[in-house]
Amino acid sequence: MTTGTTPLLARPQFQRIFYPVLVAVLLIGLWQALVTVFEIPRYLVPSPLLVAQTLVADAGLLFGALLTTLKITVFAFVCATVLGVLIAFAFVQSRIIETAFFPYAVLLQVTPIVAIAPLIIIWVKSPTASLVICATLVALFPIIANTTLGLRSVDPGLMSYFKLKRASRLQLLWRLRIPSALPYFFGGLRISSGLALIGAVVAEFVAGTGGTGTGLAYQILQSGYQLNIPRMFAALLLITVTGVLLFAAMAWLSKWALGNWHESETNHG
Amino acid sequence: MSSVPAVEVLSVDKTYPNGTQALQAVKLRVQEGELVTLLGPSGCGKSTLLKMIAGLLEPSNGRLLLWGQPVEQIDGSGHGLSFVFQEPTLMPWARVMANVRLPLDLEGVPAAASTPRVHEALAMVGLDQFASHLPRELSGGMQMRVSIARGLVTQPTLLLMDEPFGALDEITRHRLDSDLLELWQRKQLTVVFVTHSIYEAVYLSTRVVVMAARPGRLIEELNIDEPYPRGPDFRVSTAFSRHAKRLQDSLLRASGAQPEGAAA
Repeated sequence: MTTGTTPLLARPQFQRIFYPVLVAVLLIGLWQALVTVFEIPRYLVPSPLLVAQTLVADAGLLFGALLTTLKITVFAFVCATVLGVLIAFAFVQSRIIETAFFPYAVLLQVTPIVAIAPLIIIWVKSPTASLVICATLVALFPIIANTTLGLRSVDPGLMSYFKLKRASRLQLLWRLRIPSALPYFFGGLRISSGLALIGAVVAEFVAGTGGTGTGLAYQILQSGYQLNIPRMFAALLLITVTGVLLFAAMAWLSKWALGNWHESETNHG
Repeated sequence: MSSVPAVEVLSVDKTYPNGTQALQAVKLRVQEGELVTLLGPSGCGKSTLLKMIAGLLEPSNGRLLLWGQPVEQIDGSGHGLSFVFQEPTLMPWARVMANVRLPLDLEGVPAAASTPRVHEALAMVGLDQFASHLPRELSGGMQMRVSIARGLVTQPTLLLMDEPFGALDEITRHRLDSDLLELWQRKQLTVVFVTHSIYEAVYLSTRVVVMAARPGRLIEELNIDEPYPRGPDFRVSTAFSRHAKRLQDSLLRASGAQPEGAAA
């Protein structure tokens, strides 16, 4: 085991990376040890080493598949963001609109995507488009809910001030509602980025061979049929890492956009 | 002093939809250049009255005039009225500069014209050095001063202040009281100031309007005939105590006139 120098270990930034990595190293080590000691067959549980080897050996295939899944994820995420923000704006314009449509937004959220994905795949000709629609539906709700909440979470004192100054609806939106909503919006983005990926993978699963036939989920399905479990694990690893990176990217974006006023206490002691 | 009063409240009632009578038959006249304090316990409707003067609330009955014109006809952006809230109500995402500039931005004043005015307003409250700070980086008292600078940047003649220093510690409050008096004199402002502190009322006011609760109404008006500038010595003078005693008696009489439970 590595022992870092004490001052480095005491730093919170270092700890934030060090401890999770330590856990990963320990778990992977344990996994490798168990597989080796009990001689578990590779078609049941492949060792981490084998998964890594497969990842390198099948890099062309797997990263190509990753690119396909990533394209669908990103496209769906962008669609969900744009759509979700537009719907949230519509909701805050009038209580009637919100009251009338919010239950359907919830309906959308609680309906399992696997149940409606086959229909969407049948209805929409283009396989890519149908996958994007499925993933968008999964990722949409947190954006709507968070942005709506954010647009409504305006400091009542500031609201009175803007009203006193006879601010127009547009000024109220741009200068007050949107800045107030940003922290909530970014929270929604963080949740939705992961959901878009999950939505894309689930939709690919449902589409199966009828889909685009190149995404990561398809690779997992195929590997399952062929009992190529190491490749399955490698594909799974790629999905997981992608999800984590997406989340991290959103966290960074949020910090970059809000850092000014949300983290200001770190700049001034 | 012009003959048209800056503020005229003509027998105003305010009843909330749930039946609470917030104000009953309130009559008030504030001449230009006065510093009038509305003093009373919580729930006496002093903030409600101030908000109605600002046009933020509508009366159930009666009329309010500013400079002889109905409040609802006064354009909130341009004409000489500023409101300072109990809280600083600053935009947390915007720097001090942008916060003070806000009312000018809302009016559509171009940046080139507004910048010198913002600096002038910040200088008036002694915060010119802090233009590029964020609100969170400032103390409560400094935030309140930013809020006052935002009120002054439109060069109002009437300043409405709703317990602006209520949340501050006593030392800061005293300093801001003095700053306010200095500004009031220098800019020849008309100020209507809401407070529940007898001492703040005595220190600041040319005239104190005593209010009582259930229903909210005016009880008495007392002039504080003491010369300005009023320094820290005034706070410990016998004259100060005498005025404070008068206000205290008035408030006690007001609550005694309608003892607890008498309404039931």
